[in-house]
Amino acid sequence: MTEQEIYASLSSKFGDQVVEFIEEETLNPTVVVEASAIADICNYIKDTETLQFDSLMNLAGHDPDGESDLNVIYHLHSTELDHYITLKTFTPRDDGSVASVANIYRTADWHEREAYDLFGIKFSGHPDLKRILMEDDWEGFPLKKDYVPAEFYRGMRIEKVK
Amino acid sequence: MGALNHKFNENILITSLDKLMNWSRSGSEWYFQFGLACCAIEMMSAAAARHDLERFGAMPRSSPRQADVMIVAGTVTLKMATRVKRLYEQMAEPKYVISMGSCANSGGPYWQHGYHVLKGVDQIVPVDVYIPGCPPRPEALIEGLLHLQKKMREEPILAKKED
Ligand code: SF4
Repeated sequence: MTEQEIYASLSSKFGDQVVEFIEEETLNPTVVVEASAIADICNYIKDTETLQFDSLMNLAGHDPDGESDLNVIYHLHSTELDHYITLKTFTPRDDGSVASVANIYRTADWHEREAYDLFGIKFSGHPDLKRILMEDDWEGFPLKKDYVPAEFYRGMRIEKVK
Repeated sequence: MGALNHKFNENILITSLDKLMNWSRSGSEWYFQFGLACCAIEMMSAAAARHDLERFGAMPRSSPRQADVMIVAGTVTLKMATRVKRLYEQMAEPKYVISMGSCANSGGPYWQHGYHVLKGVDQIVPVDVYIPGCPPRPEALIEGLLHLQKKMREEPILAKKED
């Protein structure tokens, strides 16, 4: 299936919850969807005969500019039918949440923890949402563009010595 | 002892205790086998057949209790820094630290935007030898070990070590 057809199939099934289809030269064709619907959509595209997206290649958090909503991006591949699609969803910078897909794609478990660790994106329904890279007592989410590094961590100076 | 048997009469060697102990110490720089990032690859290469660190009596030990030298080979993240310090504290005296590569020396490529990197391992443990480079070649590490040997040989053992 082409990405256009996949988009058509999704929007006929999920209506308003599929927001738009972005096709640009430099990006993978991307379907933008509502955060609350992402788990249903993943279930659907995994189980539907004509889609069979059985592999979540990557899940990433993204902060576009330090002001607007945070994004979560899903790169999916069907090993059976050999087609690809990119899903993208968005959530408010602070207390928003995205439905977890960890029980649909096992890959998502650690990837969602990483997105939580570095961007503070909460995934509702995740079995064990805690930091994965930074220490548990770390404050803030360092890949957010408005993150300001602390001066010290456990008595160790972080900023370069001027 | 076959070849040496009866070649020498009974002898007495005279030396100072300092010299004897320093000589034996400097001839067995057993280093702690752990690497933190890309620099560790060069350390492994230095230990392997081509560069063969054991020529200098330096061999890797898997426990801090048995190691004399800690080669900090790689990026010291803040998370790892707490562990590095603990490992250093677990080593028995006398103990030495070699800081290998730009990362361990000063933060290296993470100098400016490394929110998670310690800018120099000398902030948490005392460093004896710094080796520049990103990464330093095995020859550079060997030179660092030789410098450390030199330092060990000049150390007064019975006099108190200054902090
Ligand atoms: S100094 Fe360079 S080679 Fe060594 S750990 Fe840092 S980045 Fe890697």
